[in-house]
Amino acid sequence: MSQHVLRGDEAVALGALDAGVTAAYAYPGTPSTGIVEALQARHAANGSAPGFWTANEKTAYEAALGVSFVGRRALVVMKHVGLNVAADPFMNSALVAPHGGLVLVVADDPGMHSSQNEQDSRVLADFARIVCLEPASQQEAYEMTREAFDVSERFRIPVMVRLVTRLAHTRSLVTTAPPRAANAIRKPDDTMGWTLLPANARRQWRALLERQPDLRAWAEASPWNHVDDGAPGATLAVVTTGIARNYFLENVGDLARRPLHLHIGAYPAPAELIAGIRSRVSRVLVLEDGYPFLERQLRGLGLRDHSVCGRETGDLPPDGELTPDLVRHALGLPVRPGVPTPDLHVPSRPPQLCGGCPHADSFQALRLALGEHADAVIASDIGCYSLAALPPYSAVDSCVCMGASIGMAKGAADAGHRPAVAIIGDSTFLHSGMTPLLDAAAANTSMTVVILDNQAVAMTGGQSTLVPSSRLEQIVLGLGVQPERLHVLDTHPTKHAANAAVLRDAIASDGLSVVIMVRECVETARRHLQERRHLPLVSEDVDG
Amino acid sequence: MADADGALSHDSHASAPMTCDIVLAGVGGQGVLSVSAVIASAALAHGLQVKQSEVHGMAQRGGAVSANLRLSDRAIASELVPRGCASLLLAMEPLESLRYFPFLSPTGTVVAATTPVENIPDYPPLESVLDAIRTAPHAVLVDATRLAREAGSMRAVNMVMVGAASNLLPLGADALEHEITRRFERKGAAIVEQNLRAFRAGRTAGRP
Repeated sequence: MSQHVLRGDEAVALGALDAGVTAAYAYPGTPSTGIVEALQARHAANGSAPGFWTANEKTAYEAALGVSFVGRRALVVMKHVGLNVAADPFMNSALVAPHGGLVLVVADDPGMHSSQNEQDSRVLADFARIVCLEPASQQEAYEMTREAFDVSERFRIPVMVRLVTRLAHTRSLVTTAPPRAANAIRKPDDTMGWTLLPANARRQWRALLERQPDLRAWAEASPWNHVDDGAPGATLAVVTTGIARNYFLENVGDLARRPLHLHIGAYPAPAELIAGIRSRVSRVLVLEDGYPFLERQLRGLGLRDHSVCGRETGDLPPDGELTPDLVRHALGLPVRPGVPTPDLHVPSRPPQLCGGCPHADSFQALRLALGEHADAVIASDIGCYSLAALPPYSAVDSCVCMGASIGMAKGAADAGHRPAVAIIGDSTFLHSGMTPLLDAAAANTSMTVVILDNQAVAMTGGQSTLVPSSRLEQIVLGLGVQPERLHVLDTHPTKHAANAAVLRDAIASDGLSVVIMVRECVETARRHLQERRHLPLVSEDVDG
Repeated sequence: MADADGALSHDSHASAPMTCDIVLAGVGGQGVLSVSAVIASAALAHGLQVKQSEVHGMAQRGGAVSANLRLSDRAIASELVPRGCASLLLAMEPLESLRYFPFLSPTGTVVAATTPVENIPDYPPLESVLDAIRTAPHAVLVDATRLAREAGSMRAVNMVMVGAASNLLPLGADALEHEITRRFERKGAAIVEQNLRAFRAGRTAGRP
């Protein structure tokens, strides 16, 4: 047993290591990135189980499946929107019979601190009919990750651990337990359970459904779900999930009468426990950092049933991150007075491209190249360069999901719009840009794809891309782009005019063209320079 | 307080919860998380419980950044500092302090560096920003840039601000100095001294 001060992400990493995980897989995505980073740091220090960056979340999930297939424990990590990319292996993994523990950690981002949406992954755990564990503290993140592997092997299902940004990025003290050894390699005796041909899939699906009562019974008895009786004669019950419990406990001392309290950390939702508290009170307030997932289950179709309150009844906002103050309001407690905000307009300060960022130069050249084409479609993608949607650049028209830029530019071109330009970073291109480029190359669509090659996964902290950027050209050519329509440019302030001329020509020509604009991310370049000089970093913690 | 009720008030003090809620603010790249980490580590070494919450990702360089740090002698529930509860609002940049006034307790103190980061087109006149900060019941403005320069390194601005805040923390200066020494040790004695000088200058400047 030892004690560590850990972020939620790090607690998950340690929990997986102490559970005897054999390998972990992920694509970087805030707020989940720190999990595999923590595994990689420990692997470098003491040779513990490795954490691998993969091309995307789907390939990460499939590699984890393979580890489980041979009987060993696997961790796969992603942010909530990454699970959309991995939805195919995820959903089907519930039908195979995981052999070694298979644990999926998903970090949701209520409030969209750094995401395109705030979808709640508990819905997807329910969709797949699997168990979900939702920690309320860094200690629970450690313990639940460990237990998730045991639950996975016991019921032969993948198990989801759902984090939220606030938990993943908060540090507190964690006590760890002695580690468990890794599983030995053991290929399954019967691989029909892993072969989802229709006849097998029907049998496996039925088997999963037949296991549901066992999962429910497990959740009913799980210590992660527990009732606090509150004051005698309490008429209000509060149901908390995950870190909502902390915001409730922050305020409960100010209530005249302590409500009945059910905390839920393990799903499927424990119906008996819920029915038990509902029969004792006239009103149930449901507190969740995410969708009104449990609230809807409690209310069912009784739309006018206001005995169940939460996000759908206006007691809490329908969207956004939960806070102790929102919970305080929902409990009917008065607002605590703060210091009045001074009578001065405080302008917002959005994130900006760093000084010296190569993307800024690429957008300057693009602006010169587009000149009279004020109505060009500039479909952009997920990365630092999406900040170019804001002033002073106002240079891109869209940012939807990983890889969407190329598909959207193709669609706009197919619909008859010229010019159509896609802007995509090197890592995003490797994640989800190759397949839409194959579509465009196959059709020789009249559009231009600009790959901003900064040789890093910059927005999530400058992780290395999967392959060196020098191989981007071979990949692009291999997908069928004509060699004479591929241009590789050094993006630099002294080369704006020359680069703009190449871009202008590419955009004006019929058919598909690809322009790769190369210069390393200013942050990773600084780091690499210091590493080469063996100097300590100026700042140990990067706000990014 | 040494008075006739000394023993009694000492007893009641022992049972009353000791909590110190801090909201930290600044601009991405200024080192808000470093400042938070120094205070948190010193508090942990001092035997306090700590919850330290950060924002990553789109909080890129140049954008508004905040962090929450809660210290207590007992279990801490919420990751986030509730409104009206912060005893300290510690801002590395003056304008950034103004976003979080509702979180500051009426008995709390705002400690703000006076050097602006003017990377937005509509940054208000600096004097109006400083005047706005002075409307808080307890405000301490620190010329951290000058003090860091005098201490020997512009990079020590963060430790000036830790020093300025130190008067309001439930920690002795020795606990913080010990942590600063520990953090900078591997960079050599000269760097440690610079940062300790910066801390002490900030501590003096921040005396309410």
